[in-house]
Amino acid sequence: MTASSPHPYIPNTDDDRRAMLDAAGVATADDLFADIPPDLRIDGLDLPQALSEQELVREMAALAGRNQVPGDGVASGGCFLGAGAYRHFIPSVVGHVIARSEFFTAYTPYQPEISQGTLQTMFELQSMVCELTGMDVANAGLYDGASALAESCLMTCNVTGRSRIALLDSLHPHYAAVVRTYAQGRGLAVDVVTDGDLTEEHACLAVQHPNFFGHLEDVWAHESAAHAAGALLIAVVDPISLGMLAPPGHYAADIAVAEGQGLGSPVSFGGPYLGLFACRQQYLRQMPGRIVGRTTDLDGRTGYVLTMQTREQHIRRERATSNICTSQQLVGLTATVYMAAVGKHGLRQVAETCYHRAHYAAERIAALPGYSLAFQTPFFKEFTVRCPTPPAQLLARLLEGGIIGGLDVGDQVENGLLICVTEVNTRDEIDRLVEALEAAR
Amino acid sequence: MTMVDHNIRVKPARPDIGARLTFDLSRPGRIGVLLPKPDVPPAELPEARFLRTDLNLPELSQNQVVRYFLALSRLNYGVDTGFYPLGSCTMKYNPRVNEDIGGLPGFTLAHPLQPQAAIQGALVVMFRLQQALASITGMDAVSLAPAAGAQGELCGMLIVKAYLEDHPERGRGRKVLIPDSAHGTNPATAAMCGFEVVTIPSDRDGNTDIEALGSALDNGVAAMMLTLPSTLGLFDPNIQRIAEMLHRHGALLYGDGANQNAFLGRARFGDMGFDIVHLNLHKTFSTPHGGGGPGAGPVCVKAELAPYLPAPVVEANGDSYRLATPERTIGRTTAFHGSFGVLVRALAYIRSLGAEGLRAVSDNAVINANYVLARLRAGPGQAGYQLPYDRPCMHEVVLSPPKAGQRPYGRPPGRAKGVKTLDIAKRLIDYGFHPPTIYFPLIVDEALMVEPTESESKEALDAFCDAMLAIAREVEEDPDVVRAAPHDAPLRRLDEATAARKPYLRWRAPAQGGNV
Repeated sequence: MTASSPHPYIPNTDDDRRAMLDAAGVATADDLFADIPPDLRIDGLDLPQALSEQELVREMAALAGRNQVPGDGVASGGCFLGAGAYRHFIPSVVGHVIARSEFFTAYTPYQPEISQGTLQTMFELQSMVCELTGMDVANAGLYDGASALAESCLMTCNVTGRSRIALLDSLHPHYAAVVRTYAQGRGLAVDVVTDGDLTEEHACLAVQHPNFFGHLEDVWAHESAAHAAGALLIAVVDPISLGMLAPPGHYAADIAVAEGQGLGSPVSFGGPYLGLFACRQQYLRQMPGRIVGRTTDLDGRTGYVLTMQTREQHIRRERATSNICTSQQLVGLTATVYMAAVGKHGLRQVAETCYHRAHYAAERIAALPGYSLAFQTPFFKEFTVRCPTPPAQLLARLLEGGIIGGLDVGDQVENGLLICVTEVNTRDEIDRLVEALEAAR
Repeated sequence: MTMVDHNIRVKPARPDIGARLTFDLSRPGRIGVLLPKPDVPPAELPEARFLRTDLNLPELSQNQVVRYFLALSRLNYGVDTGFYPLGSCTMKYNPRVNEDIGGLPGFTLAHPLQPQAAIQGALVVMFRLQQALASITGMDAVSLAPAAGAQGELCGMLIVKAYLEDHPERGRGRKVLIPDSAHGTNPATAAMCGFEVVTIPSDRDGNTDIEALGSALDNGVAAMMLTLPSTLGLFDPNIQRIAEMLHRHGALLYGDGANQNAFLGRARFGDMGFDIVHLNLHKTFSTPHGGGGPGAGPVCVKAELAPYLPAPVVEANGDSYRLATPERTIGRTTAFHGSFGVLVRALAYIRSLGAEGLRAVSDNAVINANYVLARLRAGPGQAGYQLPYDRPCMHEVVLSPPKAGQRPYGRPPGRAKGVKTLDIAKRLIDYGFHPPTIYFPLIVDEALMVEPTESESKEALDAFCDAMLAIAREVEEDPDVVRAAPHDAPLRRLDEATAARKPYLRWRAPAQGGNV
């Protein structure tokens, strides 16, 4: 008999357990653990006892309170930090839809007849990602933008038979790190390149656009270079930017990957995020991840199913295109609802608002004595500024005034500060940032 | 006198929801959200070639968005709907308070690149979770970086690879041993790490065949990947011997911890000889499955392997916490620190159960599974299901239908005669249950893998077992109704063959062969 206090997550009582043990023909619960060798058995765990719900909330809220986040007194001046995790406006409908427990308490839709909610929304995401990226086919999501890039690099090695991966040097350093993690498994080489370094040993060239520093790349030049070398072009893009910028399909990318967090999910200290993945039709069977297809049921009604499963681990095992199983479905649903809510014109409006506010900020900052833009190429919502003093000091001073000023990229650009401005940053916040930067130097 | 037949009812045809996507409902000019007007001078745009003029996303009003997704949610079956006994998925109750906690702005609004002094709360959450998982598993060091179990496996096998490269005296193993009952992610992961997969059969009792293991073990073996309890729901009593055999040959023992729900507080991976283990927070630790994620797959290792953990890990220095990169790390797995939102929920769960509660979780999970076994097994005077391995199970039980072909030990898969597991699964839907896992593990023909979890009451288990037994009788007395099931679901059986042969993977406008 399990002699423990009742618990809200465990419905059965001592009476229930007694009846079930009797049915199973054993005297005690211990008897059911007889296969565990005696010298491995422990009496219990070395952990604190349970907290009541009130105590739990108090304890966890206290921890949440130890984070200085925008909106409270400490960082009331706004946050200009981006670099791969972006504060965008989250329409209220998003949270309400994903709170439907039919969505969040379901699992992988192996029984499609009772999983059409999950399956149809996955199909919606695939459709929207294709429209957004201008590519032929998309999957239902991967872990995040960085691992989506890594999976796409592995895929290009499979497709071309080559074993070197080229990453343009303006790629987010953490993305390059994740590619290296995945590449080491199969002994693939990873080269960080600038223009002209590409050889016929490279399976792909990955280009982030806008790049890590916020600036636009000459994607057509990179496309030419990649295809001339027989390599595939992987475009790493910002989905919000695709509200106004030409998508990968327009510049003949073979694969497009993106971080989908900005489409309706909060920054959430780095996760869970959403890897978006789309590619040309011809590479369909090498794609990693779940794919949903449309079909009909016995009555001729339209329905959706997981399809092309022979690529996946549960069928193909060691010959699978990837080992991925559980992915980021709820975050994918979030992105789908976001795109349905903001819609065709809303996404464009969000993109343009980011663009114009970022340019307003950049112009005002560049006009300050001692500050200049590090790059002269066009940018979208982030830009890199050369500061008159080390950014670390500036950022500390800004924080005293309640402003989270951006990311110190001094290791890549001398006294470089990467500043992100989105539609969430008000004009007032931008003006105060400018004043603070002027005062802090 | 005219007789009126009151049994005739005329129902309008149900709408074909699947044929009406957001793109089909879209009408030009509708908006779902009001966004602010521009308030800064417009800047010059980049050259036209950088810009797009097309963007085909739907245009819906806000209430259309709400109705659409609400309608879809109602087609879905989740744990909140009812019993959801997917084997090795641990579909337990997702506590609501954890959702509230996960949604606290102090957690959701923290940017991963903020100076660490400003986000100590988040680091404390991660540190405490690392410690709790180390304690639960009996391992020495933990990284919370992997975004899912499969990514945890990837890290684990990359750690094996890196460690053996640094320790050539342990042999230059290129082979990984994997039981025939393993989840597909195991061999897929081994292949992604450049290893050759060698399959080890299970014996008549459902344990690893020790003789076969002995034959397969040589100095070319890098590691074995073992799920414990196995996907048959069985705890291998020879685990310590297996660990010792592997270690003697310089190989490492990797544990797939997907089934940790079976022995919380009863035993620990670390004591058994495992070198590396991954856990699934969306299984044992109650974070929502989300329709297929997000999850998290922390990897836990013995001290000697700690330097290889994926980055970042959280270290404590007195009262201050920081993100750290292990000195021989296999690298980053995602752009930032892991699925933090999932980690918060898992810590809240652990704090809600405590030491005694976690042990009770496993006790009740195991009792529940054995009750299902007892009620469903065929026996004298009870028609029921076949039990391929006649021994008590742990937290899940594998059964096969009454007339399924048994696969004797060592024989390759054959075609089942008579009743099909697929039909039984579909008929369960009509009874209001989500089917268990079917056709897995591969070594049991027509397998049904039932994991009830501790969240289910005895009444819920009885209702499920009553339905299973009723279906077993239907198979004898009215097989057609089983073969044509489900009859009472949002959709009937779907044509998966055509979906694979003629992929239709994105919305098409009517002109392209989409909806008329």
